[in-house]
Amino acid sequence: MTSTDLGMPTVAPDDVGFLRGTESFPVAAHRALADTQLRRNLGHATRTIRGKRARVVAEVPDWEELRRAGEAIKADTMARLPELLEQLEEAVTARGGVVHWARDAGEANAIVASLVREAGADEVVKVKSIATQEIGLNEALAEQGITATETDLAELIVQLSDDRPSHFLVPAIHRNRSEIRDIFLRALPGVDPDLTDEPRRLAMAARAHLRRKFLSARVGISGANFAAADTGTISVVESEGNGRMCLTLPDTLITVMGVEKVVPRWSDMEVFLQLLPRSSTAERMNPYTSTWSGVTPGDGPQAFHLVLLDNGRSNVLADEQGRAALHCIRCSACLNVCPVYERAGGHAYGSVYPGPIGAVLSPQLTGISGPDDPNASLPYASSLCGACFDACPVRIDIPNLLVQQRAASIASHRTPTAQDVAMRTVAAAMVSPARFRAAERVLGLGRFAGRSGRIRFLPYPGSQWTSARDMPTPPPETFRQWWKRTRGAGS
Amino acid sequence: MRIAVIATCLGDAMFPQAVKATVEILERLGHEVVFPEDQTCCGQMHVNTGYLDMALPLVRHHVEVFADAADVSVAPSGSCVGCVRHQHAMVARRGGDEGLARAAEELAGRTYELSELLVDVLGVTDVGAYYPHRVTYHPTCHSLRMLRVGDKPLRLLREVRGLQLTELADAEVCCGFGGTFAVKNAEVSTAMLADKMANVLTSGAEVCTAGDSSCLMHIGGGLSRLRSGVRTVHLAEILASSDTERSGAGPSGTEQGTPARDIVFDTAEVGESKGVHP
Repeated sequence: MTSTDLGMPTVAPDDVGFLRGTESFPVAAHRALADTQLRRNLGHATRTIRGKRARVVAEVPDWEELRRAGEAIKADTMARLPELLEQLEEAVTARGGVVHWARDAGEANAIVASLVREAGADEVVKVKSIATQEIGLNEALAEQGITATETDLAELIVQLSDDRPSHFLVPAIHRNRSEIRDIFLRALPGVDPDLTDEPRRLAMAARAHLRRKFLSARVGISGANFAAADTGTISVVESEGNGRMCLTLPDTLITVMGVEKVVPRWSDMEVFLQLLPRSSTAERMNPYTSTWSGVTPGDGPQAFHLVLLDNGRSNVLADEQGRAALHCIRCSACLNVCPVYERAGGHAYGSVYPGPIGAVLSPQLTGISGPDDPNASLPYASSLCGACFDACPVRIDIPNLLVQQRAASIASHRTPTAQDVAMRTVAAAMVSPARFRAAERVLGLGRFAGRSGRIRFLPYPGSQWTSARDMPTPPPETFRQWWKRTRGAGS
Repeated sequence: MRIAVIATCLGDAMFPQAVKATVEILERLGHEVVFPEDQTCCGQMHVNTGYLDMALPLVRHHVEVFADAADVSVAPSGSCVGCVRHQHAMVARRGGDEGLARAAEELAGRTYELSELLVDVLGVTDVGAYYPHRVTYHPTCHSLRMLRVGDKPLRLLREVRGLQLTELADAEVCCGFGGTFAVKNAEVSTAMLADKMANVLTSGAEVCTAGDSSCLMHIGGGLSRLRSGVRTVHLAEILASSDTERSGAGPSGTEQGTPARDIVFDTAEVGESKGVHP
């Protein structure tokens, strides 16, 4: 790192990467809600994994203690992040790796592209990684004439269909197997035209394609689940083994890692390797856990580069409450239990980080530019039901962060919106008992009432309620009036 | 015990029957209920919509009104008590008023949702109620996950004579109300409501009850729109019902909830025969 700029931390750039969609959540959700296939796919997938997760979590007697340990390690990490990152850099360097510091998506993409070119490659194989999706690495490499092949099965499905991921763990959760068959028949090179939608046949088709890529690629690119600062050990946790292929077969390995993924000690992995698989795939243990420290002569990649990515994370770290969003280990448990995610799907969030954690992470990484910023709508994409907090393996208080980000969203209004004015008026009435009583008396909703005593239509914004729900007519007497009538004044 | 009732703004203006029922239950159990008349709103709508600065005077007002009003405070609402207990101090601290934050915490420590007050503080599960209907219980999110009321409402319902409790599938899933969420994301809210209503209808219940008028307004509004023949009734109203009730416990009420009416109790008889808390 050559920069000595000590100014305020900056947010992620707007023109590189995928942290912000083009429309607000309600607008995007409108389309998703009408997609019956999507609703069925998501409902089935999230319901299945919710049930499995609940079963494997219930069998761990010290689950709550593990959650608290995970929370404590992450809080400690954030409290001394700069120090731990420098320690990580030292340890990685000592073991033959090279560490690069990227302030934002653009810098990270440029670093990776030049490393690939230096390795003399125009093709790379990729381990499933959300950080590289965040920065739009594949698109940036393509601009440089470098072809990136996703090797995670679900990520490959997304790539072949020119789609976007909609889930941390299962990027193609919005697709069912007959859709996947159609995608493979359309886009998988050399595919058997008699391919069926039998899961095994689909996996074998992908395997044949990917094997060719693994054997020819000279550069592998990965993300990281964890990086131990004391030993410089990077870790990737996966189910398929395709990641292991990318991490071991190529000559050069490049890992792009968000700075928040560092943990203080190798021994901290004990906690997270118990928390993560049960929370994400609902497995007691994930099939493949790869760890590596620098390079080992004669074994595996002989060049290892670690790109440490900020891209707005320092901005999140600067907020004492908001920084808890950086504790996320991307297990996707909060997505699977979220009733909003289950119905609207991941694409409605615009960002590569969907669901409850995405709704608090994305706006912090990008900042909120004003009421029309699509990310300003994300913190409101929740009924604050709290299921996400209960499911989170590191106890991130997502409901509280959603409220804090709603406040940040409102703070971005340069001129008051109609809602701001309405809320101010209501607040003013509510601090004055006399004004509150007067407001109650003139509620006057009754004039819209139907004959039945239920209100079937209200003018905007009440129409947002009566579009699907009746409203009771106000009672003839408020509680306050009843109390006064039956108990007299002065009680 | 001297108990201050928090009517809640919604309960006061739109669902007085739930607040009246709360008063009736507590008085029937022999407690002194007071209604601090300067009360307005706990500020939950402002807090949860992100207007934390505007909520600060509301928090201050709530603390001023209730701090010396009684031994404990009670609201027939899990979400309003959730706001008092988990958000008031946060709002005060964010506004730089540590004194208020501490006063809010002290008050929150003796502010209860109705089922908590009955079961934990007053040690009662049988309140002498009679309600001969098939009822299903929806645990509202804030009572379930903010207050952790657990099975307290069910323990109260199981003691109600004549009441047949039916199981609600996916009971712990949010109904989709979520305050301003219901209008800001009306379509997702409606999609969540559709699933909740389907589960309520397949439960075979004629009444869906809960500890929050707001969620019931949402569920009941949907059931009413569908002319489903199932109505919503606040938990407090069921617990306040008795077989000496003037208008009887027949098939009264509408899909929108029981009509606002006075409920008359013979407190002496109920108190003696059921041996309820003095």
